Amino acid sequence: MNHALRADKFLLDADRTTWHDETLWFVREKRDRAVYAVPEFQDLRELASGIKNHTLSRLDMYLREFEAAAQANGVHVHWAADAAEHNAIILDIIRKEGATRIVKSKSMLTEECHLNPYLIKHGIEVVDTDLGERIIQFRDEPPSHIVLPAIHLKKEDVGDTFHTHLGTDKGESDPQRLTEAARQHLRGKFIAGQVAISGVNFAIAETGAVVVCTNEGNADLGVNLAAVHIACMGIEKIIPRLSDLGVFTRLLARSATGQPVTTYTSHFTKPAAGKQMHIVIVDNGRTQQLGRPDFRASLKCIRCGACMNTCPVYRRSGGHSYDFTVPGPIGAILSPNIDMKKHSSLPFASTLCGSCTDVCPVKIDIHTQLYKWRQVLGEANEIPASKKWGMKFMGRVLASTRVYGLGGQFARKALRLLPHGLTHAPSMNAWAVARELPEAPKQSFREWYAQQPAPAAQPAQPQIPA
Amino acid sequence: MTFYYFKLQTPRMKVALFIPCYIDQFYPQAAIATLQLLEKLGVQAHFPAQQTCCGQPLANSGCERDALPIYKHFVETFSDYDYVVAPSGSCVYHVRKHFDKLDQTADVQHVRGAAYDLIDFISTVLKVESLPGAFPHKVGLHLSCHGQRGLHQANESEMTPVRDGQLSRLLRSLEGIELTNLNRNDECCGFGGTFCVSEAGISARMGQDRVADHVLNGTEVLTGSDMSCLMHLEGIVRRVKLPIRVMHAAEILNGVVS
Repeated sequence: MNHALRADKFLLDADRTTWHDETLWFVREKRDRAVYAVPEFQDLRELASGIKNHTLSRLDMYLREFEAAAQANGVHVHWAADAAEHNAIILDIIRKEGATRIVKSKSMLTEECHLNPYLIKHGIEVVDTDLGERIIQFRDEPPSHIVLPAIHLKKEDVGDTFHTHLGTDKGESDPQRLTEAARQHLRGKFIAGQVAISGVNFAIAETGAVVVCTNEGNADLGVNLAAVHIACMGIEKIIPRLSDLGVFTRLLARSATGQPVTTYTSHFTKPAAGKQMHIVIVDNGRTQQLGRPDFRASLKCIRCGACMNTCPVYRRSGGHSYDFTVPGPIGAILSPNIDMKKHSSLPFASTLCGSCTDVCPVKIDIHTQLYKWRQVLGEANEIPASKKWGMKFMGRVLASTRVYGLGGQFARKALRLLPHGLTHAPSMNAWAVARELPEAPKQSFREWYAQQPAPAAQPAQPQIPA
Repeated sequence: MTFYYFKLQTPRMKVALFIPCYIDQFYPQAAIATLQLLEKLGVQAHFPAQQTCCGQPLANSGCERDALPIYKHFVETFSDYDYVVAPSGSCVYHVRKHFDKLDQTADVQHVRGAAYDLIDFISTVLKVESLPGAFPHKVGLHLSCHGQRGLHQANESEMTPVRDGQLSRLLRSLEGIELTNLNRNDECCGFGGTFCVSEAGISARMGQDRVADHVLNGTEVLTGSDMSCLMHLEGIVRRVKLPIRVMHAAEILNGVVS
C-alpha cells in the first residue's frame, strides 16, 4: 500500500482531518511567534547548519573523541552496526543486571530499532514513561509524530484507552484527570524500574556527556531512580563542544513547539556512585546515508518535528500514512535509504512547496532531497509503470513542436466533444474526483498568436534602468 | 505615472514570451494578457513558435532523464533572447534550479539566468512597483510556493510576520482594490504537478481548504501569478459552483492598464 492510499483512509473522516490539520497548524503558528521574537534566528540556523556540516565531515574523529571522554567519565560505551546489535547489547546489559522491569523515556532510535517488542519477547517489561508514548503503547500503535507521538488521538480516544488500561471512568475526557491517572500509574513504574533507557538529543564530543531534552522530566526521574542508565544514540547526534550546545537548544524547542527551551535539559556525564551508565552508539544505515552526497545533509536533523507541523500533506494525512518510524518530510528523505522499495511512494508525498526546508532549524534542503530521491527511484524503476511510460510518452511529445501542437489540438477537441460524464469519470480521471477540468478553448495561444498581424516594425525597446 | 517613459528608452532588449504548455492549451487568455501587458509597459515580447514545455512534469515525477531532450529544446528555443518571461513562476523556477542537469554551456547558463516570472520581470527588471488603474473588487492573492519560496517573490511566514511581495504591491497600487486577509497567507494549494493525480485525495483536500480560507474572508476574485495553482483552485471553485472568479494576475493588470 502506498502513501496515497493510506492518506485516503485518513481523509475519509473529514472532521478529524480538519482537527488534525488545525492542531498541528496551531503548533506551527506557535513556532512562528517564537521565531519572530528572536531577531538572530536565521543566523542561528546558519550557525547550527555549519556546526552539523562540520561535524559530519569529521564524524569518525568526533565519535572517537566522544568515546574516549565518556570512558574517562566511567561510562560504558557500546557500538552497534544495526538495530539487531543495538537490541542485543541492551538485552545483554539488562540480563547482566538481572533486571526485568525497564522504564524508557522518549527515543526515536529505540522505535527505529523496534526495541520494545524485542525486549517483551525476551520476558522483559518495558514501560514508556513519556505520556504520549505511554498512550500509544497501551494502544499498541507506533508514534505518529516524533515530538508529539499521540497527536493523532483526541482526548476522548485517550479517555477510552485509559478506561481500558487504567480503569478511569468510562467517558472521562478531562485532560487534567487523565494526566493525573497516568501520573499515578507511572509513579509505581518509576519506583519499580531497575534499568532506565533514554534517548539522546545531543552528545558532546569534548566532554563525553549526553544531553536529553524533555518537557515531562520523565527521563530524569527514570534515570535517577534506576541502578542502570542506558542512553541510545545514532552516530549523528554528536556535536563537537559544550559551547556549541546553546545554538541547538535555542533552536530545538522553538522549532518543535514554540517554547523558548524544553522544560528539562539534562546533562548526563557520569554514573552516580554505585550505579552504571551505558551509551549505545548506533549506525543502522546512517553511514550509508553519509555516503550519499545528495542526501547526507539529512543526517543534520535534530528531530524537532517542525517539518511535520508545517507540511500541508502531513497535517492532512497523519503520521501513520508514512508507515515509517520518522514520518513527514524528513521521514520521506530518510526512509528510502533504509528500504527503497517499501518506501518508494514517500518522496512523492509532497507538493515540493518548500516550507519544510524553510522551517528546518539546521537548514536541511528537504524539498530538494525529495526531488532528488524521485530521480533515484525513477532510475531504479521504483515508480509505477503507468507513470514511467506516461512520462516517456510525454517526453517525446514535448520535445517536438509539431507533435505537441497536434496533440494539444486533439486533446482540446476531445474535451469539448466528449460528454462531461466521460471526461470527468472518477474511475478514469483522478483530477475530476473533486475538480472540474479547465474549459477547453477552441484556440490555443499559439494558434491565436499565429493569426495576429506581425508588428510593422519592432518598436523601440525599454532600457533596463541602471 | 506614464508608460511613455519606457517607450522612449532606446537600446533594445530581446524579450521572449514563454507560455507553458498548459497555459497555451487551456488558458490562452492569460497568455494574451501577458503579451498585451508587456506591450503596454513598453516591451514587445516575441513568442518563438517552436517552444513546448520546461520539462517539469517529467522531472517532478522522477523522470528527469526523459526530460533532458525537452530541456535542450527549451535552451535552443530561447538562447538568443535577453529575457524569457513566463506567466508561471513554477516553470521559471524549474529552468533556473533544475537545468543544472544539462552541461553548463554558455547558452544553458544564459537561459537559466534569463528566465523570469512575469511579475518578477515587471518588478525587478522593469522596476515597476505601481500601476495606474482601478479594480474595485475584493481580491484574494494566492502565493505560489515556487514563486514565493523558490524565487523569493514574496515574504515567507516561516521567516517573518510581514506580509509583503511583488504582486501584492502591484495589486495594492490599483484604485479601489481590497486584498483579502487570509488566515493562512502562504499555505500550498496542493496542486504540485503530477501530485494532483498521484495523491489526488490530499491534493483536493488542500485545495478545498485554501478555497475555504478565501470564502471565509470574502474573496471575490482569486488571483496569483502562477496559472498552475489557479487551474487547480479554479477546478474546485467550479466543481462546488462558488461565486468566485479566478483570474491570472496578468489578466487583472492588463485589464486595468490602458
